[in-house]
Amino acid sequence: MTKYTSDRLKILFEKLRSKDTSALGIFITAGDPDFDTSLKIMEGLPEEGADMIEFGMPFSDPMADGPAIQASSKRALEAGGSLKKTLDMVRIFREKNNSTPIILMGYYNPIYNFGVQKFLTEVIEAGADGLIVVDLPPEEDEELCIPAKECNLPFVRLTAPTTSNERLTTVLQNATGFIYYVSITGITGTKDVPIELVTHAVQNLKEHSNLPIAVGFGIKTREHVEQVTRIADAAIVGSEVVNAIANTLDANGKAKPETIQTTLSLVRDLAAGVRGK
Amino acid sequence: MSYKEIANTLRNAPDENGHFGIFGGQYVAETLMPLIIEVCDAWRASKNDPSFWSELEYYRQHYIGRPSPLYLASRLTEHFNGAKLYFKRDELNHTGAHKINNVMGQALVARRMGKTKIIAETGAGQHGVATATACALFNLECEVFMGAEDVKRQKPNVDRMRLLGAKIHPVTSGSSTLKDAMNEALRYWVSKAETHFYIIGTVAGPHPYPEMVRDFQCVIGEETKEQIMAAEGRLPDTLVACIGGGSNAIGLFHPFLDDQVKIIGVEAAGYGVETGLHAASLTGGRPGVLHGNRTYLLQNEDGQITEAHSISAGLDYPGIGPEHSWLFENGRVDYVCATDQEALEAFALCSRLEGIIPALEPAHALAYIATIIKTLPKDHIIVMNMCGRGDKDLEAVLPLLEKMGKL
Ligand SMILES: Cc1ncc(COP(=O)(O)O)c(C=O)c1O
Repeated sequence: MTKYTSDRLKILFEKLRSKDTSALGIFITAGDPDFDTSLKIMEGLPEEGADMIEFGMPFSDPMADGPAIQASSKRALEAGGSLKKTLDMVRIFREKNNSTPIILMGYYNPIYNFGVQKFLTEVIEAGADGLIVVDLPPEEDEELCIPAKECNLPFVRLTAPTTSNERLTTVLQNATGFIYYVSITGITGTKDVPIELVTHAVQNLKEHSNLPIAVGFGIKTREHVEQVTRIADAAIVGSEVVNAIANTLDANGKAKPETIQTTLSLVRDLAAGVRGK
Repeated sequence: MSYKEIANTLRNAPDENGHFGIFGGQYVAETLMPLIIEVCDAWRASKNDPSFWSELEYYRQHYIGRPSPLYLASRLTEHFNGAKLYFKRDELNHTGAHKINNVMGQALVARRMGKTKIIAETGAGQHGVATATACALFNLECEVFMGAEDVKRQKPNVDRMRLLGAKIHPVTSGSSTLKDAMNEALRYWVSKAETHFYIIGTVAGPHPYPEMVRDFQCVIGEETKEQIMAAEGRLPDTLVACIGGGSNAIGLFHPFLDDQVKIIGVEAAGYGVETGLHAASLTGGRPGVLHGNRTYLLQNEDGQITEAHSISAGLDYPGIGPEHSWLFENGRVDYVCATDQEALEAFALCSRLEGIIPALEPAHALAYIATIIKTLPKDHIIVMNMCGRGDKDLEAVLPLLEKMGKL
């Protein structure tokens, strides 16, 4: 069995803690709006201030995502995106960058279809650093969470405002990497992050776990990033970034010359909000 | 040997976590899990409470109009000149389909939970109409998610829902049909956890839905068992029902799973399974995970869900309830299919010979029966679930029948 040994997430969070700062995670969908443009955006992210990349594996039925990420998933699939191509992009990215953690984020069906063991082997070999599989709650840990754990590959858990402390115990049982706190009750990209509630929730999570805590869903502006990174170990921005991609496309949904630069400028602006940077 | 003496029953699934063999389960986002757990608990409590079932029984008798008749379709029997054909007349239920059996049950669970607002997805609109109806009766707010494509092809049902006070959300994501309506309903539910109950319309979704919906639909098979014993003094030889998500079918089948009865589910073959334009998840799909459970799905080589096609909006779903996937793999139930064209012919035939305009969905079941009944002996008894009436389909069907020279 191939084992994960790179520990990029751990190294990142240790480094940030020692510098008393937090991370900016940027979500993009692999292959949105096409393979080459998406790869260039991905490759440009670290330099603009993204500390980790949440790399969306496109799926036809993204149940927990709002219109922006649904649309980005659809663009990626229409441009020929697939799980195999997502892993190819990770491989190419790793040729030049060996430090920025990549968390693959998506839904279970393409993985199940690919084959769980084959998937884990390829994920580790390609150089990704963790998994977030939205539709695999602790009830289904046997599917992928436990096999990932056996390879030492981080399997990141989601918790939400509706997660009770009793439930939290179950959720945290097999959690590794970091905890992803979903800041709103709803889908991605619909509401703004409610800072006060998030502050309490993050404090509560810290009492239950030593893992770093990332906050996502509803973080849209530099101010949001500033507020969230003051209380959490990472702020993750998704819908706003894929919206930026969408807004630059031509009438046929194809990338324009400015697509890459406009998207990366937004990331630079968001990164300026990170506490201590 | 009576079925009670059979040690190995097929009627005990799912297990505690909602698994039918490898199928079923709870594949949903953590954001949704607290809601699902709440529904699980409420369902468990209701299921074990006799007063819950007596309340439901009241509405079954006095509101839905149960039991529905078991009717010997004598002119069709004569026409085919083979086996004897009975219809279980669930199209006579209030609102015109079997969907209300399930909705009444879930609405009562929702009321017990103190929920005041209801969400539903709908394809043909029958489940939406049934839900809007129960909501009017119980003074609950009702929001129905319906694919924009289906809003167009099922206009009469859209009008009925509006009249009953429901709010319709046309869904334009994906293929704008039933699967997308379900995605959207789930998304919406996550944001309304406190007040809303989601009434799923078929035996799909995360546990406990496949079990709960089945238990509410089992009244179809339980009545059939009594009625056929009264009419024929024995159990039928064959049961046939159409399959969208599989709720009317499992409702008829489940009480007979341990009996010596041949059971056949009919999926929609659309233009033909070989064309790729169909809704036959078992015949043309493979196992995967969607909408909270593992089951057979129509999907491409990358595991992306593909669009289903059927002339019948109620069968136009790329998945199937997990219990059917299990009954398919263990071989207890045979799954076959019928094309759009065959269903249209059965639709016309049934209308002319029996004075019963069937919904396009059960017309698929009848279409398959037409291919086997002639060669079966005269004392062979088939029971088909006439699970809905066809008024909702006239607008779509009449021009096609005209072209076929059937009008
Ligand atoms: C009359 C009728 N039959 C069948 C179906 C298919 O659903 P199921 O397979 O769950 O019975 C529908 C769905 O809308 C329907 O309206």
